[in-house]
Amino acid sequence: MPGKLKVKIVAGRHLPVMDRASDLTDAFVEVKFGNTTFKTDVYLKSLNPQWNSEWFKFEVDDEDLQDEPLQITVLDHDTYSANDAIGKVYIDIDPLLYSEAATVISGWFPIYDTIHGIRGEINVVVKVDLFNDLNRFRQSSCGVKFFCTTSIPKCYRAVIIHGFVEELVVNEDPEYQWIDRIRTPRASNEARQRLISLMSGELQRKIGLKVLEMRGNAVVGYLQCFDLEGESGLVVRAIGTACTLDKLSSPAAFLPACNSPSKEMKEIPFNEDPNPNTHSSGPSTPLKNQTYSFSPSKSYSRQSSSSDTDLSLTPKTGMGSGSAGKEGGPFKALLRQQTQSALEQREFPFFTLTAFPPGFLVHVGGVVSARSVKLLDRIHNPDEPETRDAWWAEIRQEIKSHAKALGCHAVVGYSESTSICEEVCILSASGTAAVLNPRFLQDGTVEGCLEQRLEENLPAGCGFCHIPYDELNMPFPAHLTYCYNCRKQKVPDVLFTTIDLPIDATVIGKGCLIQARLCRLKKKAQAEANATAISNLLPFMEYEVHTQLMNKLKLKGMNALFGLRIQITVGENMLMGLASATGVYLAALPTPGGIQIAGKTPNDGSYEQHISHMQKKINDTIAKNKELYEINPPEVSEEIIGSPIPEPRQRSRLLRSQSESSDEVTELDLSHGKKDAFVLEIDDTDAMEDVHSLLTDVPPPSGFYSCNTEIMPGINNWTSEIQMFTSVRVIRLSSLNLTNQALNKNFNDLCENLLKSLYFKLRSMIPCCLCHVNFTVSLPEDELIQVTVTAVAITFDKNQALQTTKTHVEKSLQRASTDNEELLQFPLELCSDSLPSHPFPPAKEHLESASSNSGIPAAQRDRCSSWIELIKLKAQTIRRGSIKTTVTVEKASPMGEGNFRNRSAPPCANSTVGVVKMTPLSFIPGAKITKYLGIINMFFIRETTSLREEGGVSGFLHAFIAEVFAMVRAHVAALGGNAVVSYIMKQCVFMENPNKNQAQCLINVSGDAVVFVRESELEVVSTQQPTANCQPSCTGGEVTT
Amino acid sequence: MTSELDIFVGNTTLIDEDVYRLWLDGYSVSDAVALRVRSGILEQTGATAAVLQSDTMDHYRTFHMLERLLHAPPKLLHQLIFQIPPSRQALLIERWGYYAFDEAFVREVLGKKLSKGTKKDLDDISTKTGITLKSCRRQFDNFKRVFKVVEEMRGSLVDNIQQHFLLSDRLARDYAAIVFFANNRFETGKKKLQYLSFGDFAFCAELMIQNWTLGAVDSQVDDMDVDLDKEFLQDLKELKMLVADKDLLDLHKSLVCTALRGKLGVFSEMEANFKNLSRGLVNVAAKLTHNKDVRDLFVDLVEKFVEPCRSDHWPLNDVRLFLNQYSASVHSLDGFRHQALWDRYMGTLRGCLLRLYHD
Repeated sequence: MPGKLKVKIVAGRHLPVMDRASDLTDAFVEVKFGNTTFKTDVYLKSLNPQWNSEWFKFEVDDEDLQDEPLQITVLDHDTYSANDAIGKVYIDIDPLLYSEAATVISGWFPIYDTIHGIRGEINVVVKVDLFNDLNRFRQSSCGVKFFCTTSIPKCYRAVIIHGFVEELVVNEDPEYQWIDRIRTPRASNEARQRLISLMSGELQRKIGLKVLEMRGNAVVGYLQCFDLEGESGLVVRAIGTACTLDKLSSPAAFLPACNSPSKEMKEIPFNEDPNPNTHSSGPSTPLKNQTYSFSPSKSYSRQSSSSDTDLSLTPKTGMGSGSAGKEGGPFKALLRQQTQSALEQREFPFFTLTAFPPGFLVHVGGVVSARSVKLLDRIHNPDEPETRDAWWAEIRQEIKSHAKALGCHAVVGYSESTSICEEVCILSASGTAAVLNPRFLQDGTVEGCLEQRLEENLPAGCGFCHIPYDELNMPFPAHLTYCYNCRKQKVPDVLFTTIDLPIDATVIGKGCLIQARLCRLKKKAQAEANATAISNLLPFMEYEVHTQLMNKLKLKGMNALFGLRIQITVGENMLMGLASATGVYLAALPTPGGIQIAGKTPNDGSYEQHISHMQKKINDTIAKNKELYEINPPEVSEEIIGSPIPEPRQRSRLLRSQSESSDEVTELDLSHGKKDAFVLEIDDTDAMEDVHSLLTDVPPPSGFYSCNTEIMPGINNWTSEIQMFTSVRVIRLSSLNLTNQALNKNFNDLCENLLKSLYFKLRSMIPCCLCHVNFTVSLPEDELIQVTVTAVAITFDKNQALQTTKTHVEKSLQRASTDNEELLQFPLELCSDSLPSHPFPPAKEHLESASSNSGIPAAQRDRCSSWIELIKLKAQTIRRGSIKTTVTVEKASPMGEGNFRNRSAPPCANSTVGVVKMTPLSFIPGAKITKYLGIINMFFIRETTSLREEGGVSGFLHAFIAEVFAMVRAHVAALGGNAVVSYIMKQCVFMENPNKNQAQCLINVSGDAVVFVRESELEVVSTQQPTANCQPSCTGGEVTT
Repeated sequence: MTSELDIFVGNTTLIDEDVYRLWLDGYSVSDAVALRVRSGILEQTGATAAVLQSDTMDHYRTFHMLERLLHAPPKLLHQLIFQIPPSRQALLIERWGYYAFDEAFVREVLGKKLSKGTKKDLDDISTKTGITLKSCRRQFDNFKRVFKVVEEMRGSLVDNIQQHFLLSDRLARDYAAIVFFANNRFETGKKKLQYLSFGDFAFCAELMIQNWTLGAVDSQVDDMDVDLDKEFLQDLKELKMLVADKDLLDLHKSLVCTALRGKLGVFSEMEANFKNLSRGLVNVAAKLTHNKDVRDLFVDLVEKFVEPCRSDHWPLNDVRLFLNQYSASVHSLDGFRHQALWDRYMGTLRGCLLRLYHD
């Protein structure tokens, strides 16, 4: 009996009226965990019942504690007929199971009903007493921490990064069971919600067990997904990176790893199979800068250096494996052998992390991805989900072999996804092939001193760009040059990755969001034929997406993509591809060449004129973009770099394949042959369209930046104002114009308009950056395209930004007239205390009008924590037409700070809801995360049979998403947190049937609940550390965003 | 290509002040878009009309969802669905004006019964004032809602309104006046009264609430600030002797005239009119026992006092001197025993008359 769960139901408020006659409700509560149920008394005739129940105690196994959610049902008592359910609250008690996280869950939870939405709130207190049982970790994995964050969480230190963990569980979908025909939609929705909650609990526990087996204590980058396979079932799968984390007692303590838990089988090869060369070559100079445990011998590197003049000039620092000369073949073999020996024990050397501790990432090879088209069949035995496991194993194997081909022994920034339409399913996996520093992968005891020296010599900011593969034995044709930064090692001309930009990378200028969008029509077909059609289309789509990305990257004058995510979505009659990434200019890589246009019929004069016109436009755009993003790399003369190496050009680091249902693997060469410059041939209208679409992408308005990575390269002076949002758009295609071109245009417009709308909506935050912009596309029906965007807008300090932006604003943007510039300079004080923006008055008057309106210095406004005080301050209504002739005395006499505090607000005003921030990023600008409270992983279904009455599809979904946010915030607040980081909306499945006036939506969100403290308040808090933890809400008191 | 669905949901609810005002003013989405276009926002931001349309729709949807909460502002504070910083919540209710109202509108409905019947007249009011029907409805419903909540409540009217609707002191006082007028059904719509502003009436309402209601004598009764003190109104009959008793009237007149001789620019007019004015003021008091006459209080005051003085061109200062002396002199009338009653009546009436006396 290893745990006792205690629940107390305190009170309810804002309950709906359940008895029409009295306009009141007789509410009581059922508390259920596992198979045990308790009930409170009925609180008669009140919309704000005070149950104040006893402690309901459940004695349960910790296995159940992990799997089961606590289920609280609020009902209306009815003497004569069945009691009516008002709604439910599911509470995941997992955060109470680890020692460092939350100790109590206590607060107001929205009472949720799948048909009516939120109906009032209930105040609940939950505690868990875990008994110290020696067998505690036998069946359960209590104590393993889970993080959605895809980097090492801020107040932890990674002792060891063990590697990939994955698991999946399957079940029948209640929606498709026979019983669903006779039960109400509410019952069916609740069955589904409960099942998924159970399945994710089970999944998490199983993953936890794997982590314990690996001797880890945490999962970082935990990503859990649902596959709604319809008839064939429901799959919940998760991947993550097992780690051993140490809590940082103080920020300064960052000692080398020494005291990890006992050694474990899988780790042994690293330790017990030491490469003799490593130890001998460690001290020897030539190898220093790239020696890791499986580096080659001394003698080898000497030989190789002889081939390069450049290298011979600086023999001391040697060269990397990638620059290996003639001996490449054998060297590669050796390296590979050792890599294998090192990582072979791991089935999949994958890491879901996208940002890494310094020194972890040695080289980056490029993006590896694999897709496979499968036909779904009923899962016969849910307990043995072998087919699904096999499918994923197959894809992972492919990814692994791609990585190997790139000379890499690991894959980072790894993620998996599916797209399902009827019985066809596309499984996708992608990541970035990389060479890692093994220090973090094993016990750090062996090479503590060695590593430290290595780090000193690693060239700063470019090491990861150096190619990990063998120059002469490249997996694809590539154009290599010497690194523009250190000039010692080879780098490719472009680099595509799925990870975040490494912190130490040297970047010139700013980055920007780059998207490739593509639609392809497909004939409607059944089963096998459909799958074949899709797999035939896939390579073309990938090729085109890649070409678009490359063109757009060049058009921006940049040379690398980070955070690349390519989503291929399958629908009844089309395939959609959407790739998003953040383009940057890496100082280490060569300047990208321009884009050349070539026509096919050179004799036609007017045609040539047209071509040259286009060419000019393209060149202008490139020049403009370079100014816009401040890309002005230092001029480097060719001689310094050395004569160009005669080599085939390469465009691609993207190596991938797709396979249909079995093992045939087609590899696609994405390079464009051996042309010297990037040439676009306009030989048909299609190509013309392509060029046009290149030029139609409008840059964001001045003052705005956007990226899909965590942070924007080139901006670092973030202020604390953040606004996370989700925007959803669905368009209906008119079936008449369904050609590929029209589709592409529609899709392109949809995305562009969506972005434009976002810029407009968030204009009061200028200057700001949209970070972690995450687009997802789905095709809910034949002619519907749904795009969902989640991102966070963060303001940054314009004073510093202005120095850099001003130049480009002045120079390049003539169209951005004075108005725009004024907007840009519009001081942020106003926004940061969340006062109304004034979009209408002419820009010049902005300042005066804003400040005179309020009449109170901004500093004072900040201090008004209770809004009643604020009212009293600004008692006057300034409203057209209404007469308020009397001058209020209060307004005339400015109040001192002391008055603010003393003033007693009306009784109902002082318990306002604490602000909970949400962000898809792993950090909160201007604040320090002091505690991780546990993972938030919630799944909701909402259904309506009165769609029109709820404001149509927009009204329905708008309300639902607002409710989901509310429920996430309430759970975080109840855990004692004041923010959710690494928030992600993993699924938003929307289905409508306007004819029946019905709609249904499923949403799955997750994130990490945290406590943060503003940096400005940090000093105060540190003096009162003991109290700080239990009352985090006070920290959010000041400015709210 | 048509947009089926288009939404934007922020963790912090985005509220555009200008769109909020347009919504409050009752404009439809398309009118609001047109007005925003006219304001030059497209040029300022480089946005397209489609973007503006989508933005406006989004805001309207949000406001529509918020409206339910705005009906009971304390709920807005506790609700969890919309994360709105406290400072903004205040703006929604008060400063940007869900509870703000138009002068022109309130003058139309002031003193009318807040019933369905009046609601039907909103069409006409809308046409007459040029305020959109939607906005009229909102303002009317606000009046009615506040009325219903505080009608039977114990304690100070202003405090109750402030607590239940989280309004500023100023606005709560205005609402108190509206509730008070609606409850007592004072006539304010007569042509004679058109020159009076809402502020004039609100001022009088406040004085009357302070001195003439039950709450003025006992702060522990229901309806204390809403209903007039019936006993007091009954007692007012006693004042009649001031004009009925000829000796008393003459004595009163001579006392006032002696005191004001040489101080009043309109002395002779005052002397000539004294008896009429005094009869007017005292008769108004004596009549207040009947509900019908209570309703006509302001009509009577204007007819019996304001108009005669105005036609003789009394300066405001002379009116003040006269009224002060007129009230004070009663204390020297030995035969008159209802001094306290007189003060309670005249103290308030003097304040009201001075406020009502303007062009």
